Amino acid sequence: MKRILILFAHPKFEQSKTNKALVCKVINREGVTFHDLYEHYPDFNIDVLREKKLLQQHDIVIWHHPFYWYNCPPLMKQWIDVVLEFGWAYGPDGNALKNKKCLNVITTGGSRELYCSEGNNHYSVNEFLRPFEQTARLCGMEYLPPFAVMGTHGISQPQLQRHAEQYDLLIWSLKTDAGFGALSDCSFLNDTPLLNKKNKL
Amino acid sequence: MKGSILFEAIVFLSGAVICVPLAKRLGLSSVLGYLLAGILIGPYVLGFVGEEGEDILHFAEFGVVMMLFLIGLEIEPKNFWGMRKTILGMGGTQVIGTMLLSYLGFSFFGYGWKVALTISMAVALSSTAITLQTIKEKRLLNTTYGASSFSILLFQDIIVILMLAVIPLLATSDPTASAAAHSNADHSALIDNLPIGLQTLAVILSVVTVVVTGRYLIVPLLRVVAMARVRELLTASALLIVLGITFLMQLVGLSPALGAFLGGVVLATSEFKHELESTLEPFKGLLLGLFFMAVGASINFIVIGEYPLLISGLVIGVILIKGIVLFAVGSLFKMKIDQKLLLTVGLAQIGEFAFVLLSFAYQLNILDTGQLDMMLVVTALTMTLAPILGLLNERFVLARIGTKKTEHGPIDHIAKSHKVILVGFGHFGSTVGRFLRASGVEATILDQDSNRVELLRKMGFDVYYGDATRLELLESAGISDAHILVCAIDDPDISIPLAKSLKEKFPDLKLMFRAKNRYDAYELLQLGIENVYRESLETSVKLAADVLHHMGHRKYTVHRQSQKFIQYDEESLRRLSDRPKSRKEYIFKVREEIQQQEKQLEEDLKRGIISDDRQWDTHEMQMSARKKSPPN
Repeated sequence: MKRILILFAHPKFEQSKTNKALVCKVINREGVTFHDLYEHYPDFNIDVLREKKLLQQHDIVIWHHPFYWYNCPPLMKQWIDVVLEFGWAYGPDGNALKNKKCLNVITTGGSRELYCSEGNNHYSVNEFLRPFEQTARLCGMEYLPPFAVMGTHGISQPQLQRHAEQYDLLIWSLKTDAGFGALSDCSFLNDTPLLNKKNKL
Repeated sequence: MKGSILFEAIVFLSGAVICVPLAKRLGLSSVLGYLLAGILIGPYVLGFVGEEGEDILHFAEFGVVMMLFLIGLEIEPKNFWGMRKTILGMGGTQVIGTMLLSYLGFSFFGYGWKVALTISMAVALSSTAITLQTIKEKRLLNTTYGASSFSILLFQDIIVILMLAVIPLLATSDPTASAAAHSNADHSALIDNLPIGLQTLAVILSVVTVVVTGRYLIVPLLRVVAMARVRELLTASALLIVLGITFLMQLVGLSPALGAFLGGVVLATSEFKHELESTLEPFKGLLLGLFFMAVGASINFIVIGEYPLLISGLVIGVILIKGIVLFAVGSLFKMKIDQKLLLTVGLAQIGEFAFVLLSFAYQLNILDTGQLDMMLVVTALTMTLAPILGLLNERFVLARIGTKKTEHGPIDHIAKSHKVILVGFGHFGSTVGRFLRASGVEATILDQDSNRVELLRKMGFDVYYGDATRLELLESAGISDAHILVCAIDDPDISIPLAKSLKEKFPDLKLMFRAKNRYDAYELLQLGIENVYRESLETSVKLAADVLHHMGHRKYTVHRQSQKFIQYDEESLRRLSDRPKSRKEYIFKVREEIQQQEKQLEEDLKRGIISDDRQWDTHEMQMSARKKSPPN
């Protein structure tokens, strides 16, 4: 069974209904380490040694965060800056993260339709996430398509519940390594038949 | 020996000491233990206490007065005003309903209307002493049951004044006998000779006196006493307040319990609230115990032996009538079924005011000796049965209904009910308190400097006067419901013993302590206190960081450096505190301190504060890039 590290960054978690619903579902799952960055490092003083150790203990890394200004919240960027050290995560001898899997789990206020060349946001979510994709690649990690809960400003409770269940199912599939190999070419993990099959039952 | 005060005291005290722990061990309330002790030492079992039981009863009623004073202390005027509807609604319905039913009942069995009316008045009243003692013991005062019981009892306390005023009107005997009886009754005095208008005026005046002296005389007086720093003087003043109110109330013919309650409410907003509570608590407990024992001792078993059927019928009838009315009141006010049942059983006894009412009516020749004896026995019996019924209700009825548990969301961890006690409100503590308040957390604040307390209260802080090292004071400040205690006292000679006793008595309480320096922090850590805050750490590091900035270092680098320094210092503190400390002699202590400082500096050097910072560092990358592409 694969071990999953959820790196969660939300500067105002207590007010996010969507993220509460998502987190609630997976927080206590076996083999999952939920790491609330803003709760651990409110002063941005990240304990690099501890973070490195956590990364070494897990096979799959999830960057779970809301999408602010087409990016992650600053503490997540701080984490990337200070933890992914030269000579450890990348560069010569930097292969501590090699062959681990990595993905973004994000929530956006705007709906998926707004994230395209005709929409207000002009680019797709996948295009905005390029820096993460390349960061993962530079560290020798396999970058999976994102799991995105979009249009949270107008989301209904049943819809939200379905997303949370999908997230749970995604975690379970990642843990048991249930056939994600071939799916890394779709744009959103939300769309894979694997996560939609069971919902119809 | 029998009859001497010493002997009686020994009898009562040993009765209590033996029976109450026994009752507690059996899972019964202390009230029941006292009642049984009273029966045991009374004239019909062991016979240690005879006729004087009744005098003791009157004396011990003072415990009820004190209890109401203490309850008043816990109710702030604005809350009291908010309860007025429940008091009038529930209390009024209960008293009128019970009086009506029991009047019909007693008339049906052939009693004259005057007798029936007098008895029904007595029946309508419940026992404040028993009910509130039980409620407080079980910590139910904040439930619907607790609040409604309290409202009803309070209404009864008020209405009893009216009843005492009405009863003389029922007397048929000639006015001289009535007047003689009047002057005998302990509740009426001076003002009976005055015309009605002046009587009313006297009553209003006395209530105003309690409120005004409470606010403008007693509080300043207590401040003066507190400044004298003699503990027993505060005890004396607390007793003086209650006795004074009682005296005044008796003078004008009001219920002392009601007056004491009013006095308590007036003082509830003062800084001496918790100090008064903790001082009077043991007196109240003892006097109430004495009261319950006196009730037990006054049960006349000869009357029971003569009319067993009549008495048991009356007892059952009275409890049924009261229960039915209470259940109806509960339904009328839409209480949940478990709360309603608690109320029904909880107040279904005749109260201590009945003793006063019935004796008064006897003196006025409304009741004859037989009727008086019978009703006194019925009253005492219902009081004895009440805790037993409550127990049965709890064990067998409520257990089946089961109360619903409230569910909590997994992430909803900001509970507003979390109670915080803040000890010490000097410069350090007041900053803590201000920030908490700015974030919507009202801590219960205790401070021992009466001048400062007065000043801070004027500035709008809710500070109470008191010595926090006395556990009774912390208890009346609500430590058993508190989740966090913050100690911001600067004197380690106070804070460390406090830490020790708190850790012992309240192991579940989260303790957060201010430490003056490293050494105090060691001691606190060794006592097992996790959250220790050195007042000298953060500020001095900040100062040093500013020095570095003025010398040309970039602020963010220095900031990160100071974060590391603090973290390192905290870790080393914890490491060093693990070792048992031998600090026998002063010289040794000094040497140790020097060694420690040297060691610290050395470790800092070894750690290499600057070179260890690899973040946002391009040096290595440049080196590696140069290696890859050989210079051409």
